[in-house]
Amino acid sequence: MGDPAPHLDTAGLTLRGLTKRFGTHLAVDGIDLALSEGEFFCLLGPSGCGKSTLLRMIAGFEPPSAGTIRLGGQDITGLPPHRRPVNMMFQSYALFPHMSVAANIGYGLKGRPRAEAAARVDGLLRLVRLDGLGDRRPETLSGGQRQRVALARALAREPGLLLLDEPLGALDRGLREETQGELRAVQRRLRTGFVVVTHDPEEAMMLADRIGVMERGRLVQVGPPAELYRRPASRYVAGLLGDVNLIPGRLGPASPDGTRAVVTVHGTVRATDGGSSPAEGAEVVVAVRPESVRLGAEGLPATVLDATFLGDRVRRGLRLPDGSALRASAPPGDGPEPGAATRLSFAPADAVILPA
Amino acid sequence: MTAVTRTALTLGLAFLYAPIAVLVAYSFNASNLVTVWGGFSLRWYAALFSDAPLIASALVSLEVAILASLIATILGTLAALAFERHGRFRGRALFTGLVYGPMVMPEVMIGLSLLLTFIGIGLDRGIATIVIAHATFCTGFVAVVVSARLRGMDRTLEEAAADLGAGPWRVLATITLPLLAPAILAGGLLAFTLSLDDLVIASFVSGPGATTLPMRLYSQVRLGVNPEINAASTLLVGLITLAVLAASWLTARRGGAGG
Amino acid sequence: MAAPRPDRIAARLVRLPPLLWLCAFFLLPFAITLKISLSEPATAIPPYLPVLDWQGGLDGWSSFLEALNFTNYLTLARDDLYQAATLGSLAYAGAATALLVLLGTPIAYALARAPRRWQPVLVALVVVPFWTSFLIRIYAWIAILKQEGLANLVLLKLGVIAHPLVILNTDAAVMIGLTYAYLPFMVLPLYAVMDRLDPSLREAAADLGASPARIFWTVTLPLSLPGIAAGAALCFVPMVGEFVIPDLLGGSETLMLGRVLWSEFFSNRDWPLAAAVAVLLLAIVVGPVVLFRESLRGGEDTP
Repeated sequence: MGDPAPHLDTAGLTLRGLTKRFGTHLAVDGIDLALSEGEFFCLLGPSGCGKSTLLRMIAGFEPPSAGTIRLGGQDITGLPPHRRPVNMMFQSYALFPHMSVAANIGYGLKGRPRAEAAARVDGLLRLVRLDGLGDRRPETLSGGQRQRVALARALAREPGLLLLDEPLGALDRGLREETQGELRAVQRRLRTGFVVVTHDPEEAMMLADRIGVMERGRLVQVGPPAELYRRPASRYVAGLLGDVNLIPGRLGPASPDGTRAVVTVHGTVRATDGGSSPAEGAEVVVAVRPESVRLGAEGLPATVLDATFLGDRVRRGLRLPDGSALRASAPPGDGPEPGAATRLSFAPADAVILPA
Repeated sequence: MTAVTRTALTLGLAFLYAPIAVLVAYSFNASNLVTVWGGFSLRWYAALFSDAPLIASALVSLEVAILASLIATILGTLAALAFERHGRFRGRALFTGLVYGPMVMPEVMIGLSLLLTFIGIGLDRGIATIVIAHATFCTGFVAVVVSARLRGMDRTLEEAAADLGAGPWRVLATITLPLLAPAILAGGLLAFTLSLDDLVIASFVSGPGATTLPMRLYSQVRLGVNPEINAASTLLVGLITLAVLAASWLTARRGGAGG
Repeated sequence: MAAPRPDRIAARLVRLPPLLWLCAFFLLPFAITLKISLSEPATAIPPYLPVLDWQGGLDGWSSFLEALNFTNYLTLARDDLYQAATLGSLAYAGAATALLVLLGTPIAYALARAPRRWQPVLVALVVVPFWTSFLIRIYAWIAILKQEGLANLVLLKLGVIAHPLVILNTDAAVMIGLTYAYLPFMVLPLYAVMDRLDPSLREAAADLGASPARIFWTVTLPLSLPGIAAGAALCFVPMVGEFVIPDLLGGSETLMLGRVLWSEFFSNRDWPLAAAVAVLLLAIVVGPVVLFRESLRGGEDTP
């Protein structure tokens, strides 16, 4: 590709109070979001959470019920899809089956001089490593190749923002990881803003600069992957991004180091306030990732139920005296055997206090 | 929907329904002149019900349609089972051609060739020959409807029954046929309507005393517009509309319940 | 030799009845027609010669074969009337098919683009006339098209024309009738194809800057060509052999093979010639039938 020029003339995407109602169902509920230019943003959530509807509103396929969409300082809320400086890569790729790969990629270049369009198509084919396949029909390509044609086609018009709906959803597991890296590399080179919709937390964490977690039409938390993983704002986010132990308890007083005591039925633990700052005495849960759980001589009493060898780590199932189950994950090596009594603890910085 | 597509649809439906609407309207016209509206009247309906030959031919049509659709339903269902459940067999291409050929064959050709055959084998022409002819050309239509359902049917249900010890006949009787019943009914209904509607084939193969309703109507239509036919047509249109509504209501209910 | 498995017997029993029936009433009649088309007319009953003498054995067969002749086909090829009827059948069916494509495409497209919950109702509305008596639907046009009919009445009232037009018993009336009667056959298969098109293809085109018109011409229409072809075959094949429409709406100069066959048979009682016309008709439609056999079959299961 000749000049993957950064889009200096367009600042990022800004959504204000964006809402979509289908009848009485609120699919997207008052989303406020500002993306910086060239950002790789992931919308993460289970199916039906409204993330695809949000994407389709940005692309122009669904008129919002309320709210505005601005891109590069321009209000694009009322623009039809074909007038928006935004392009989309469809989950099914939506490649035109009756056109060659080159014709697919060049479809959006109508009106440009022939030679220029042809050169641009060539450049895009090289960008996605499909040189020489321009004359093929989409159905003769592999899944991964089709995905790359869809990407090249969506990039052809040098969009100010590229929307990708489950871009890796149709690929095999092995191919997914390889393609994730490629997608990231292409985005870095072009510095085009990417908004990816996905239900796969690992994919979101691997790709995104920032992740926005959606739940029932609302954007419940936005932040870099590591922050979301380590400091989830709710049980929902904590559970969505990975395996987590939730220990219920009652909140104790704050201490000067920023941690707070939580009184559980098994004893008192210390954890970090997740930001919701409930009052003393409130019912809360302490969220701890299995890899943060340490087994040893101190902490809450527990019995090891089982140990599963997973190659790079061993996962242990634990039972607390009240019967509740927890999971601990540690590198292979010494550790209590199934049936052994042990104690579990965790660093207060690795445990988050969340509303119950 | 855009204005363009809405206009296309409106004009298209208007084109399809305007002639039928005109016909219905004129059937209630007291005047026997087409262009003159003589006020609302049921006189043509009264005339219709005292038209003995017309009623007789309607009964002939009904008899033919019932018998022909019964035969076609049996033959068509068997043909569909042969196609979809017994896979490859010798002469499958010929069998396919035999079943579906009459659907696309020009009607005049079917009528003529059957008549020549009936004469050749010395079969007296009458209701029986019309029934045979109609059953022959309707079989393919039933086979199409039943095959489509068979293709969409979960084969594992039959395999599960066989696995539980049911022989081929028991699988057919207890699993396949009950699941096929709506499609068989729909195919039979289609055959019934096609038989009721046929003019050309019946004209060739019928004999004295076996005049079907379309044949009777045709001989009157050739003489020009006739308000009594308008009344007869209106009754037929109303009947068929009711039948289609009932059929779609039935299928919608089944679709909602069973998918 | 092992006894056949019970399911093999079942398979044979299942296909035997339709096979026997269709051999007796479809295959055999076709063979007889072919044979009679190669005979000479006679005034006897049955009015054709030679009659195959089933008792004659081999001699009967050979004398029968010697008497076969191609006179009827030569007549068809040489006679102006039959040439005109053949061309007429092709021309009317071809022109009406073209007209149906032009009319049916926007209607099918509008159906496919209609709101999802309305589509079953709209499709049913297109199908219902198909279930209504063919004869009656054609008859309805007589009242509209005749000299003192509704069309002229309206046009005169509106001042579009000063004198009643002659529409009935002209080519125009035949074209109207063919288009009217076969419109559902064009719309339904086309709608089925358009409805199955992945909506994201249209959206992708819009996303890439295509206007609605460009989307239709570059994406929807090319991908609907199989439906157009299926609809065209579904209409063309029966229209070639059409009898009722040219007979009721056409004039005496409207020559189509179905009508010629009818009059050869019922009026002239020339059975061998009628049989030859039937074989010719079959020869014309066999091409499209074989090419589009899948869609000819599939198009019927929509109602």
